[in-house]
This record gives sequence, C-alpha cells and structure tokens, in this order.
Amino acid sequence: MTEHSSSPSNPPASPNVGLFATCLVDLMRPSVGFATVKLLEDAGCRVSVPEAQTCCGQPAYNSGDSADARDIAKNVIQVFEGFDYVVAPSGSCAGMLSHHYPHLLKDDAAWKPRAEALAAKTFELVAFLTDVLQAEISPPDLDVTATYHDSCSGLRELGIKSQPRALLGKVGGLRLVEGDIPETCCGFGGLFCVKYPDISERMVDAKADDILATGADLLLAGDLGCLMNMAGRLKRRGARVEARHVAEVLAGMTDRPAIGEADEDTA
Amino acid sequence: METQTRRFKQNAREAMADGQLAQALTRLGEGFPLRRAEAIDRLPEFDQLRDAAKAIKDHTLAHLDLYLEQYESKVKEAGGHVHWCRTGQDAREKILEICRTVGAKTVTKSKSMIGEEIAINDFLEENGVAPIETDLGEYIIQLRKEPPSHIIAPAVHLNKGQVEDTFRKAHTNLDPARNLDDPKSLLEEARVELREKFLHADVGLTGANFLIAETGTNVLVTNEGNADLTYSLPRVHIVIASLEKVIPTLEDTATVLRVLARSGTGQDITVYTTFCTGPKRPDDLDGPDEYHVILLDNGRTELVGTEFQEMLRCIRCGSCLNHCPVYHAIGGHAYGWVYSGPMGAVLIPGLIGIHEAGDLPNASTLCGKCETVCPMRIPLPKMLRAWRERQYQRKGNSAAGRWSLQLWAALAKRPKLYRAVTGPLMTALAIFGRKRGRFKWLPLAGGWTGPRDLPAPQGDSFIAQYHKGPVGAVVRSKGQ
Repeated sequence: MTEHSSSPSNPPASPNVGLFATCLVDLMRPSVGFATVKLLEDAGCRVSVPEAQTCCGQPAYNSGDSADARDIAKNVIQVFEGFDYVVAPSGSCAGMLSHHYPHLLKDDAAWKPRAEALAAKTFELVAFLTDVLQAEISPPDLDVTATYHDSCSGLRELGIKSQPRALLGKVGGLRLVEGDIPETCCGFGGLFCVKYPDISERMVDAKADDILATGADLLLAGDLGCLMNMAGRLKRRGARVEARHVAEVLAGMTDRPAIGEADEDTA
Repeated sequence: METQTRRFKQNAREAMADGQLAQALTRLGEGFPLRRAEAIDRLPEFDQLRDAAKAIKDHTLAHLDLYLEQYESKVKEAGGHVHWCRTGQDAREKILEICRTVGAKTVTKSKSMIGEEIAINDFLEENGVAPIETDLGEYIIQLRKEPPSHIIAPAVHLNKGQVEDTFRKAHTNLDPARNLDDPKSLLEEARVELREKFLHADVGLTGANFLIAETGTNVLVTNEGNADLTYSLPRVHIVIASLEKVIPTLEDTATVLRVLARSGTGQDITVYTTFCTGPKRPDDLDGPDEYHVILLDNGRTELVGTEFQEMLRCIRCGSCLNHCPVYHAIGGHAYGWVYSGPMGAVLIPGLIGIHEAGDLPNASTLCGKCETVCPMRIPLPKMLRAWRERQYQRKGNSAAGRWSLQLWAALAKRPKLYRAVTGPLMTALAIFGRKRGRFKWLPLAGGWTGPRDLPAPQGDSFIAQYHKGPVGAVVRSKGQ
C-alpha cells in the first residue's frame, strides 16, 4: 500500500480507510465493527480491517508501563500507516493514537515522525463522518427516546460533542433528551473501574441516576468501555434502559440484542 | 497532621459510607462549578487571561532563583526578614523561635495550606504557644481536630448542624437557649469568640497567595477579613509561604488575580485582597512592629526541571477539586494528607514520595475535566500518568497487577498469539453468557462484577468474523 497525500479538509474521492476496531469492539461486540464498516462504505470509503491489530496499548500506557505501550504503538503504526485514514469507533482509542502516540515516541527520532503522521490521519468514527467526509448519511428510522453520554476522551481530547447529535438528528423517530451531566465521567477509566470498584460504583451510580431521570429508553455513546460500565450498572440495578454504541443506530444495525441483553430480553 | 495516604482505599470506603458527607459533596459539586461557569461567561477574555497567567508563572519558574533573590532584597529594604527553610521542621523551629523572642502566648492565624503542610498548630501547641485559627472554616475544623477537606473550603464536608454541635461543645459559656440554627448566627458566634483573641494575640501568622518580587509584598486573598486583623493587630506578622508563590510584578499579580477567584469560588474577585509590605512604617497608623517571611521549599525545588515542574504553577484555586468526579465521590479527607483532588494527587507524591502515596495518582479515570478547568492550564492527567510511570519503574505497584498487565502486553504485541488466546476465550464466554447476555459473577473479574454486571461477548471476534465470515458465530441474530 502506498502513502496517499490527503488532508482532513480534502479527502480523496474514495479514501482507503484502515479500521482500527479497538480490542473491546473486536472481542466483545463485533456488531459495532460491522456497523462501522457499513457507515464507512456507505460514505464511499474502501475499508480494510488489518488482522494484525490488537489493542491501542492504553492499559499499559495508563498503568505507567511505557515500554510495552511503545512496542504496541509501533505495531499499530506499522500496520496502519499505509492507509489514507485510520478510523476507530472509539474516542478513547482514537485519542490514544492521535494524541498519545506522538508523546510516547517523542524521544525516538525514527518513530516520532511516523507517530505524528499516523496521528494526523487518525479519527474517531463519528467525527470522521461529520468533519472529514461531511457524509450525507441517511440512517433508518428508530422509534425511541435516547440520551447521549459524551465519553471523556472523545469530548475533551478530540472535541466531539455536536457531531453525534447532528447525525442522530437524522434518525427519524429518535427523540434525543439530554441528561444534566452528559459530560461527567461514568467511572470506567479503563483499569480504574476494577482497581477502585467502589469509587467507580459511586461515579457510575451518579450517571445511572442521571440517565434514568431523562426517561430515555436507550443510552447511546461512542465508546464501548463506558457503555459496558454504564449498561452493567444499569442492569445490576434492574433498570430497563438499553445501551448501544451510536454506530449501531446510525448504521441501522439494531437487530442484535443491546449491550448486556440476551435474545429473550429484547424479544 | 499524620499522613494517611497509605490508607487511601479504606479512607475512601469510609467516606462513601457517610451519607452526610455525600450530601455536602453534592452541594459542592453543584454550587462551585455553576458559579465558576457564570463568572467566566461574564468575562469573554477569560481564556486569554489564562494564557497570560500561565506564561507569567512559566517565566517565573524558569528564573525562580532570580525572582526569589529579588523578593528577599525587597523584603529587607522594607524592613522585614526572610527565613529560607528547606524542610517543614526548619520552618516550624524558625516560627517557634520568633514566637519565643517576643514571649508569645497566643498566635492568631489566617488560613494557610502551608501551615497545614508543616502542621504548625500541633507544633506550637506542644511548645506552649496557643494557635487560634481565625478563618471560619479553619476555626471549625481546629475545634474538631480535623484536617481541611478542601484547599479553599476547609470545612466543606460539614453541615450547619455539625457546626452548631461543635460550637456548643467548645464554647462552654454559650447559653444553651441561644439560637444557632442558621449560618449567620453561627458566624456571629464565631466572631464574638474570635474578636477577643485577635486583640490579645502576640503574633499573627498568615499564608500568602503571592510574593511579589518587585516590591517584597505578600498578597492575601480572603472573604472574611480575618487575615487583616491577623496581620495588623499583633506586634509580629509572620508570613508562611512556599517559594513557588513568588511572582515578578504587581501587574503580573493583577493578571493572575483575575483568574483566581473566578476559577475557585466563581467570584470576580474575593471580598478582601490585601497587600502587606514590611512592618509598620513611622507614619503608619497601625501594623506590626516585626515582619518575617518563612520561605519554605519542602521538596518543591526537587520538582523543578522534572515532568512535574508545571505543578508549581498551581495557585490553589480549588477548581480541579470542585470539578473532579472522584473528589465528588470521596471528599478530601480520603486522600490522606492536607491536599486533595487532582492537584493533591499530583502534588502529594511530589512532596512525600510516590512510595507513600501510591494510590493517589492511580485513583483517577484520567477524565481530563480538571485540566479543562485549571486556570493555569496544568496538564494534571499527564502528570498523574507520569507518576504511574515512575511507580511502575520502581516496581511500586502490586505484583499481581504487574503480572496481569505484562501478560496482556505480551499478547497485544503478538497479534497471532493474541487471536489464538482471546478467540476461544470469547467464544466460550459467549456460550456461557448466551442465556442472560451478561454475567453477575466471573472468576478473576470480581473488580468488574462487584458493582456491575459484565456484558457477555457476542460470539467470535470481529476480526475473525470479518475475515472468515461468521463461521461458528455462536450468538446469531435473527436477521443474519
């Protein structure tokens, strides 16, 4: 694969997109991966899903294990640097590639420019559709009242706030109700939620209260980690609210059970 | 105070079991951020002021020696004394020595986090000098023998009923019939009690928000006016300040003041902003006869030139605490020392060592809210991560944690092995979890399944399905 010269504001007609599925989507919820492929292909992208991808390295990076994080970063760079764009259905993982890889490799003369080049063409899915492709998507209708959680990395590292709301506005029948604290962390934080489960519980309870107060039937977000945390707590509390990745709704792929639901639950 | 940072997890659990504290933290989490947002809305140039304030502090830290020497010479010119103290012990002894030279029996004190840091109250008391806190919040927690739970609102963990109880116990001459059920009457009660003490104190001890190099001035930012009585009535004024409080000029001070109160309490400016330069001059009507500055290092110069230098920009506004979801969950005491919240989680390991405070930089989701509200644009999440890196390098975290992390990393670096191990695992979990779609409990996943269910995987991994088709996908939807 050859390097293409393109810029965010001027994408090629049919860009070559490398899909960084993220480990959670890959292992836990492939339907988000398929929804992402559909959204990108519908928007005119040629999508590849390299088999040599694993994880972006955040568990190591955020635990202070920079040596392993650097090795993992180099693997991701090698696998993905040939594409016009790298797209991930996660603000957290996209932020890792686009913000933290250059920092991790800043003292490595050979890898720093490669990290920076990858960073410049890495995007979170919804931001990519909206800001780069300015795609005219036409998602199918979904009769539901939904609320949206702004995941921390997407919101504060990548500035994703209006984009998912704009796209959800095109879903006929979907009524979006905002919570009081959509920007407050849900208490996931990667390994934080298992290292400090009781603090995490207090945080996710505040989120759950806010979500339930909206009266929404469906919780949407752009990061599977946060969604699994919030859905897991909502289910533990016996709440009926369902949780899905925003890509599933935008791609019209909501036939699979929601996060943490069995087939019977949604029948 | 005794350091409790090693008990962090237990402290946090105990704090979260306290329903009254939870209410107080909810009030704080709703009040301060709202008032900050309103204050900033009224000031369109706020972000430019943040940039300017950051630049001032960065410049100062790059020339710290120069400005400290200038500051010292200006204090001397004004007739004051500067005492350089490397450690808390040096500072405590110097303060006691000054108190003894004037035969001090009582010392009034306005709020100072450095006073808390060096535990000056306990030390003075042990040595026969009675310290009296005059900031209302500090006065309350002094009576209760508690450390502050917030750097600008030390008694924010208490409600007014608890304050009333504290006063009724401590003020033994208080009429039991006296009404003390509203904040105003509590304030009146504290004021009456403190007024006498102001008049009789031999030494006044204050902190400093800024030390101005250009003029040798210390700046005090308060809302109660207690600092003014503290420094102006006694014969001796002692300022205790850490050395990064130095700032080049009056003009610079004005710039930083514009972001300070707005970020903390949401006020445009605090009720009192007091500038003290040296002792009373011949023509002054009042003021102290002696003026001393205790200039404390206590580990700060060790941070200069490291990845933690930017922490020395902190102006102690409290904004990061006010906006932190972890602080909102556990409050300030759980952190186990005088500082708390994100700034505490970065600063405390810097002052007492990461081996003493290993939980603090880890107990954060790195959500980044603190950095967005920091008036000095301190990259707190980056520094929390930097502490984790230092801790990992010195093998300061648990063996089990390191082992599982290294196992994960070993797999993540070897895509084929990763697929070979994770594939069957996810397929098995999908089969076991198919009926309910989630797990209430799983071996080795207790951290997750303690408070929440674990959603089951859908089936084969995305990569496997994408490349091979959904062969063997165990949980198929009706439509596929």
